[in-house]
Amino acid sequence: MRELIRAKEAFRFYTRLHLSELTGLRASTLSQLAGLIKQVPGSCIYYHTHRFLQQHQYLSPEPPNDFAYWVSEALGEDELGEKLASIDTIQYSTIRGLRDKIAITIEDYLRNNALAKLRFAREGEEFHFMKSVSFVIPTNYIAHDLKEFVDILKKITIDSIYFHIFEARLRLEKGDNDFSNWIKSSVGDKELADEISGLDPYTQTLDGLRNTIVKKVEQRIL
Amino acid sequence: MAKIEEYIPIVGQSIIDDLKLLAERLKGKVVQHINSTPVGGGVAEILNCMIPLLRELGIDTRWDVIKGGEQFFEVTKKFHNALHGRAEEISQRDFEIFMETSQQNLENVNTYGDIVFVHDPQPIGLIKKKAVNKWLWRCHVDVSNPNERVWRFLMDFIVQYDSAVFSAPAFSRKLPIRQFLISPSIDPLSDKNKELPQETIDSVLRKYNIKKDKPIITQISRFDRLKDPVGVIEAYLQVKKYINCQLILAGGTAEDDPEGLKVLEEVKEKAEMDKDIHILLLPHNNIEVNALQRASDVIIQKSLREGFGLTVAEALWKAKPVVASNVGGIPLQIKHKYSGLLCHSIEGAAFAIKQLFNSPEYARKLGENGREHIRNNFLLTRHLRDYMLLFLSLYHTEDVVYL
Repeated sequence: MRELIRAKEAFRFYTRLHLSELTGLRASTLSQLAGLIKQVPGSCIYYHTHRFLQQHQYLSPEPPNDFAYWVSEALGEDELGEKLASIDTIQYSTIRGLRDKIAITIEDYLRNNALAKLRFAREGEEFHFMKSVSFVIPTNYIAHDLKEFVDILKKITIDSIYFHIFEARLRLEKGDNDFSNWIKSSVGDKELADEISGLDPYTQTLDGLRNTIVKKVEQRIL
Repeated sequence: MAKIEEYIPIVGQSIIDDLKLLAERLKGKVVQHINSTPVGGGVAEILNCMIPLLRELGIDTRWDVIKGGEQFFEVTKKFHNALHGRAEEISQRDFEIFMETSQQNLENVNTYGDIVFVHDPQPIGLIKKKAVNKWLWRCHVDVSNPNERVWRFLMDFIVQYDSAVFSAPAFSRKLPIRQFLISPSIDPLSDKNKELPQETIDSVLRKYNIKKDKPIITQISRFDRLKDPVGVIEAYLQVKKYINCQLILAGGTAEDDPEGLKVLEEVKEKAEMDKDIHILLLPHNNIEVNALQRASDVIIQKSLREGFGLTVAEALWKAKPVVASNVGGIPLQIKHKYSGLLCHSIEGAAFAIKQLFNSPEYARKLGENGREHIRNNFLLTRHLRDYMLLFLSLYHTEDVVYL
């Protein structure tokens, strides 16, 4: 077993619980959808690109974002649905960037597919814009080294993992996930930090992600 | 009544730990729920489950009920139907009756809570007593296509609240106040949902003279036109042409629903000719409802409108294959062909039931997926968490709140 490096600063695990806020805004057509995507608060874009990760945590593969799902299921525009589903969310470090990409994808498609403008959702199947309100709470779990870190990681809620991986990076615009930031700056293990940063968390379940990170950390300390 | 720790084997320790963390941040606040009936109907049922648990978590939670005479409840029933989009004759006198009873309640109900949580339209007028405390209005009704006159009347009250809560995204409209999506829930440890020994199920079937000699289709719901019990019988008759089965229509009536008995009579008349149709009036007998759901092969919920449709969650929690209308909160609970089958018509319902009877393996898989979906999203513990977050949101306006 390697000698454990004591972190310069301890890592406190937070958890994040969320409430869905309704906006009353709805779209029936692709033009309306694109128009509203450009106007709504960033919290709406965040909600509709991340909701499935938590709500259908046991489902894999899962519909990647609400826009893609609605465009395919309610409008029958499978090609656009696929384009929206395959947007590589991890490449964007801000909601702003992700929002622009989604809007441009829809607008480009509309320009090249005149008939798509005529599609509309039947009554009751409109797209309803919602917002995510996050409540961030410190837990009692604190890690001073990688051993403590991995022990906690095994038992912490998936909400906590979600917060440190997804919310910290994109919504709070920290540039990277919290785990990698801490491992790099406080533990000094840049290689492990980069390995975790290099994962695509959007294509696995939260428990799958937990197991992958646990394995990577254990390989370093055992 | 179950203790909070008893939910750990069902949802896991970490979910309960989160609830305790949130409750600590609401210490010292008095939360007062107000509705119109202590028993019958989904609202009373949810409050009866939730209040003891919120208290156990350390939140001072109380429950008051407004008073109203027969005339008042007839008017609020009309409002209820009109909000669901049904054509109703609503006179000026009806609005006056509503205002008169609201006035009496304004004089008699003490709104002492730091947070006053008003459920449904009946007590909505109490908002006139708003002081420095926070007020929430919880709409349990499907208001996706409301009668505009009734909605405008209610809007004058709604806009005075701090926040409103709806059960499905389609119910939201542009409002000048904050509005949240909170789905209702079921209590997995209540008499209606807990595991039952086979003897109990058998004895309930014996009591109602139902033999398990042919597959059972069941709809559990109040006898109410919006639940379309007559449509259920028609769907059953279409299935019966090909598959020898039986139908149970079982439910009670709520105190604030004077129309219920009339609908029950109509349904009985329609069912008279077929001895395999069992019409059961079960006022608040939850063990029997539980047993009937568990004894069923397919559960149907063919509502025309639905505030949420908790009977769907109840059936899915028992891992039953469900056929239900694509209305209200039902599509939140059933992802079509994944955790149940959605339908839009009597013919569609009959077709779906036949599919399930003819493909038992598929039916079993739908039921299992449904149970997991309910475990993750529609159990009481998620509802408790959302309510506590909702209370906290009254004191924080930002989108990311650090507690």
